[in-house]
Amino acid sequence: MRLIAPAAAIFALLMAGVAPATGQTPATPPPQSGAIEGEVTEGVLRPYPIAIADFGGPHGADIAKVVRADLERSGYFDPIDPNAFIERNLDVGVTPNFGDWRRINAQALVNGAGVTDADGRLRTNFRLWDVFGEQQMLGLQYTATPENWRRIAHKIADAIYQRLTGEQGYFDTRIVFVAESGPRGKRKKVLGIMDQDGANPQFLTDGSYQVLTPRFSSNSQEVTYMALGDNFARIYLLNIETGRQETLGQFNGTVFAPRFSHDGSKVAFSVERNGNVDIWLMNLRNRSSQRLTTDPAIDTSASFSPDGRQIIFNSDRGGSPQLYVMNLDGSGVRRVSHGGGRYHTPVWSPRGDWVAFTKQTGGRFSIGVMKPDGSGERLLTSSFFEEGPSWAPNGRYIMFHREAPGVSPRLWYVDLTGRVERPVPYSGSASDPAWSPLLN
Amino acid sequence: MTPTKLFLSAAAAALVLSGAACASKPKPQPDTGPGPIAEGPGPAGPSGPIDQGATAPIPGSEQDFVINVGDRVYFDLDEYAIRGDARPVLDAQAQWLNRYPNVRIRLEGNADERGTREYNFALGGRRANAVRDYLVSRGVNPSRIETISYGKERPLDPGSNEEAWARNRNVHTAITGGAR
Repeated sequence: MRLIAPAAAIFALLMAGVAPATGQTPATPPPQSGAIEGEVTEGVLRPYPIAIADFGGPHGADIAKVVRADLERSGYFDPIDPNAFIERNLDVGVTPNFGDWRRINAQALVNGAGVTDADGRLRTNFRLWDVFGEQQMLGLQYTATPENWRRIAHKIADAIYQRLTGEQGYFDTRIVFVAESGPRGKRKKVLGIMDQDGANPQFLTDGSYQVLTPRFSSNSQEVTYMALGDNFARIYLLNIETGRQETLGQFNGTVFAPRFSHDGSKVAFSVERNGNVDIWLMNLRNRSSQRLTTDPAIDTSASFSPDGRQIIFNSDRGGSPQLYVMNLDGSGVRRVSHGGGRYHTPVWSPRGDWVAFTKQTGGRFSIGVMKPDGSGERLLTSSFFEEGPSWAPNGRYIMFHREAPGVSPRLWYVDLTGRVERPVPYSGSASDPAWSPLLN
Repeated sequence: MTPTKLFLSAAAAALVLSGAACASKPKPQPDTGPGPIAEGPGPAGPSGPIDQGATAPIPGSEQDFVINVGDRVYFDLDEYAIRGDARPVLDAQAQWLNRYPNVRIRLEGNADERGTREYNFALGGRRANAVRDYLVSRGVNPSRIETISYGKERPLDPGSNEEAWARNRNVHTAITGGAR
């Protein structure tokens, strides 16, 4: 059964958990330009076959390889093996022979070429072709210093992804995470940062204290994290460009669980005093701080709504750990989690439409999503142990970590439909991932 | 206890110790522990002949505390209430701390791995504070007690089974200074 539908509509249907209706097969008309044409069999969407030819010029083959890998990892594209291409050495300046591409079932074609400009920078341009409609869909150009060829590739992949799915891309992003090593009794935990495809990993702390739960600011140059030593627990703000680091401040208690607001102007965090844990807010501009909860329960893991007006958090004030929402001044506290089980680590999607969380039921842990009012709960993954969701900036993918007895923690990601669930291509032991915004 | 408070206690302890060397002697404490250790082989125990290294712990030492009193108490799943079997251990800790008033401790709260990182960090803090409150109620001066949570970050037992998790739900009393 072939279903022709505008790209955005197919994604909307998948998000709603409804499989597109199957019906009579029409005599196959050519698909609309830019449409994702999926073959829907019992609710399973086959990835979109796309041909990405090696680019010409400097880093041409490398760039094409990164674009193929990005799109393939999204779970919605199936890049065709270049060995199967019939038309070869496709110059970016000429129109492709579309018949050759139809014959290998490519629905879209990408080609491009780079040149080195007089100032030494790499300028790469590419085209995205609609094979059935026999026309160009996109033609764009990116310029960067040559060592940033990967970012050019990610931006190209983002442009293709957006044009064909209707959703904003997420490939030109970085992940901050905790790189783990050593014995379980006292793990060495250092702050790591890498491209979202696992490339360029760097380690930013020396292991003299354990790094926990790092988060990116929206301006992507600042990271906050909790540092745990033998006799201290404090929160740091680290500028990853300058390397300058400062503590959030002294609060007469142990501090942890920091999160930036979406505009980067505030940090929500937890303070433990005499066994009581509460949520506090700090305004980074004037360094004023305010206590938001006073309940004797554990109140922690605060996350801001993208409009900055509300906070969702984890509290056991009702007897077991659940999710609650409150206004930014601490008023209007209401419970939003309603299923059986224990809820933790809420994070508000950058699009505002969903919150993700870790749920524990019996002996299993799951990553799930629900609407901010608590409705529409869906579990996306489940295993012996997993936790700590973080949203991609397009609000359609979630990264988390997973471990099992005898298997040290690894980073994984899942898409919002739950159909795409893959390990992140970083081979080391890692936990607590946090996704950056799209880079400039 | 914040690091600043710890520094002040260390300074205060230093003053006490230096003071003892000069004019005022510390008040004599009733000696209810084993007597001073004489050089030479100690009493032969069930483990066979004792070589020179194996002497009984010096009263008031960290070893004395760990071996003769017990430096860890355990908790039920998701609980931070002091368990019945923890009370005698904490009573003994309080007595020992009252006998050696210069000793400072850090109560390290721990949680098992079957929970999320931040919530388990909070739970460890609650456990440490529950022990602190208990020791204070038994006469230990709170200025001698620092608390911290390690959450699930420093498990005593690296296993992934019920026995390991039960052992990892604990508060460890670490001596940070003032012991012999």
